[in-house]
Amino acid sequence: MTVATNPSGRRSGYRDAARIGRTEAGPRPLPPLSESKPAAEFELVERTLPTGLRVIAVARRTVPTVELRLRIPFAGEDRTHPARAEVLASALLSGTAKRDRVQIDNELAAIGAEFAVGVDPERLLISGSALATGLPELLDVLADLLTAAAYPEVEFSRERERLAERIMVARSQPRMVAREALQRRRYGDHPAARELPESGDVLDVTPDDVARLHAEQVLPTGSTLVLVGDIEPDRAIALVAEALGGWAPPGVASELPPLPALVGRDLLLVHRPGAVQSQLRLSAAAVPRTDPRYPALQLANLVFGGYFSSRLVENLREDKGYTYSAQSFVEFSPYAAALLVETDVTTDVTAASVLETRYELARLSAVPPDEAELESARRYAIGSLLISLDSQPGVASTLSALAGVGLDARWLRAHPAALEAVTLEQVAQVAAEFFTPTAFTGVVVGDADVVSHRLRALGGIELP
Amino acid sequence: MSIAPSPTQLLHLHRLRLPNGLRVLLAPDPSTPVVTVSVHVDVGFRSEPEGRTGFAHLFEHLMFQGSESLEKLAHFRHVQGSGGVFNGSTHQDYTDYFEVLPAAALERALFLEADRLRAPTLTEENLRNQVDVVKEEIRLNVLSRPYGGFPWILLPPVLYDTFPNAHNGYGDFSELERATLDDAAVFFDSFYAPGNTVLTVVGDIDIDETSRLVDKHFGDILARPTPPRPSFAEPWRGAQRQQTVPDAHAPMPALALGYRLPDPAVDLEGYLAHTLLGSVLADGEAARLQRRLVYGESIVTDLSAGAGLSGSPLNARDPDTFIITAVHPASVEPERVMRVVDEELDRLVQKGPDSGELSRISARWASSIYHEHDRVMSRTLALGSRELLYGRAELAAALPDKLAAIGPAQVAKAAAGLRAQGRAVLVVEPTGATNGGEQR
Repeated sequence: MTVATNPSGRRSGYRDAARIGRTEAGPRPLPPLSESKPAAEFELVERTLPTGLRVIAVARRTVPTVELRLRIPFAGEDRTHPARAEVLASALLSGTAKRDRVQIDNELAAIGAEFAVGVDPERLLISGSALATGLPELLDVLADLLTAAAYPEVEFSRERERLAERIMVARSQPRMVAREALQRRRYGDHPAARELPESGDVLDVTPDDVARLHAEQVLPTGSTLVLVGDIEPDRAIALVAEALGGWAPPGVASELPPLPALVGRDLLLVHRPGAVQSQLRLSAAAVPRTDPRYPALQLANLVFGGYFSSRLVENLREDKGYTYSAQSFVEFSPYAAALLVETDVTTDVTAASVLETRYELARLSAVPPDEAELESARRYAIGSLLISLDSQPGVASTLSALAGVGLDARWLRAHPAALEAVTLEQVAQVAAEFFTPTAFTGVVVGDADVVSHRLRALGGIELP
Repeated sequence: MSIAPSPTQLLHLHRLRLPNGLRVLLAPDPSTPVVTVSVHVDVGFRSEPEGRTGFAHLFEHLMFQGSESLEKLAHFRHVQGSGGVFNGSTHQDYTDYFEVLPAAALERALFLEADRLRAPTLTEENLRNQVDVVKEEIRLNVLSRPYGGFPWILLPPVLYDTFPNAHNGYGDFSELERATLDDAAVFFDSFYAPGNTVLTVVGDIDIDETSRLVDKHFGDILARPTPPRPSFAEPWRGAQRQQTVPDAHAPMPALALGYRLPDPAVDLEGYLAHTLLGSVLADGEAARLQRRLVYGESIVTDLSAGAGLSGSPLNARDPDTFIITAVHPASVEPERVMRVVDEELDRLVQKGPDSGELSRISARWASSIYHEHDRVMSRTLALGSRELLYGRAELAAALPDKLAAIGPAQVAKAAAGLRAQGRAVLVVEPTGATNGGEQR
């Protein structure tokens, strides 16, 4: 930068900060919003195939591509289930009876396609996308994976080894350490707490174990396939019926057992030696989308910490500078929902941040959201839903996630009106019921040698 | 199945230039219920002054702290309270700001962006608060995690010698703390001049009405001289240079190889051939390094290869960087990984990729560019950044055809170019001090 500096240290030729911040015309009024334009209705067809697979196809012809989500409920009670499930997800694309790993990838690439496979305690999710003209080929490869995945020995041991290495890398992330500690604190030994397997368990998994798991749990009944893109929905469903007709084993895909009820208790301090930041993770029971109180809870959560213009962010970040980001959100499972509050703060303000977070939780019931706060949250909830549905992957992921909790596009259509109808009283009620600090449990992960002293003084913390 | 128009047909770009120098891109799209407004300013961390590393990014934060008509926090509240989302980001050569809202908020979005571009409120209190916030961002993204700043902060000082190209764009804490209000005023007055800025609007907009609104809100922003843009060119290196950095959090070593790229403004085809080369090497299970390093010799856990410091091509002016990264077990010497990389590059120099391989890669690129176009937000940012960097917003849509036109010989030539230069080698070495989080 070329800047002239005069002897007094002031740089010449530029306005100072005060001058920059003023114009002759002075402050101007905020323009009003104009007429809103409703989102186009989905061109959607839904059918359950004779095999039990539910198929949802939506036309969205913005670009010549198609998006695919296959969600298979995939819970398991056994302690080694997460390891077998992760290895299955990692090795699913490594070969079938008639295609090897490289052939699968070449055939997908030829139609501009990709598949990604992910698993968590609830479901196996196969996500894909392709040029729309390639849909028949995409479905052909998918059918091959579902009915004839071979888990070939050589590829298998390499995938297993890589997975163990990746798990090691994942566990070195502070956010993963915090997530695992929170899951143990919230759910103890419940399968929902086992999101990442042990490296040792992964190395014990054999191709036979995975083939058996595939045969027993990769099932069409209970599963949902979503297609969104430049397609004719009826024709797309006919293609699916033809391509996946042979995927027809009996049985029902396995849903996660109900979660234990969340009850408030002390936060647990987890020691991470030498940490420069602490992770705060607080959680309490919430209600699912099907509950009549959900729209009010969603809005109360936004006001608390659910978006940037929330009390928590304005306090912790914009007033105190304790954090780069703080947020709260509602986490859904098939039978329940939980509130989650998350922030990472610098070590020396750990206790202060716990205090401020508890203060904001208590304040939400003591000083409930006012009209302006409610209106802002309401507009954001409705607008951000519209924005999130303005892409093929956005529509596909949303419909797939809703299917996982027993809801569909009708819920999406009805939800904006439900948000419009929420009153201040309803928000105050859910704030008092769900956001009271004593309803929360959780963890603080940080350097106990530095943070214990002040946390002890604060109380309500279980120290190492 | 219907035949969708190609993105190029869909663009319908309209360009305006206001008397104060502001460049305006309007791209009407009647299919969407949302509107995106973005502002791209021609200053990134390569332009920040010595002694003030991290200043371009810190200043981006300050632009959210209020302006003449908007008190602190009002910008966030008005965007979100109108049903929208927002963000900003700082790159090598530009800083962007955007908001996506329901279409009814178009004029409000223009007002919000214009107000801070005309008269931002720069105060000592906000400066100190945002220095704290930025330090937390750096702790979160760099200091407290494994592979923090790998490779975007760690590799440039190995490949480049001059301050603009080599320094850490997030900044040193001590220099962030020394930033003054006067620094901010000078930075704004010179770099944030309207002539140094591109405004992009995408949505179901009427060209005449939107032009009128743009003029109403941006027209009286003070015209100022546009700062001269210095060249950041520096000579290509003849010999390899290697550096090792310790990482207390990383469980496994990592390796990054940095190479220079052709100037995309001068040799776009040559640049894009490198983009395809990156995919030939590392994208997908059939890619060459994937097959040899990850599977065949089983010495690498994860790898990547491609153009751009941030992992995506055409996001900076010259000089830009081609990067290969690999995470591997400690039992594997980095030299062994590099030997295989060189062998695979040599094979490509001699024989080139086969044409089927290239057409498959082009099909995947086309798919991903269509996806970028589908989301109004990513489409807007691609249009605005390409207009600012190269004066060619259309590139965002023309890329599928341009990539498809590149042949094996051009990719072979790109591989030869990598082999002929002295690359940068960055080795991240785990020191294993603080892993995991045992309870006690």
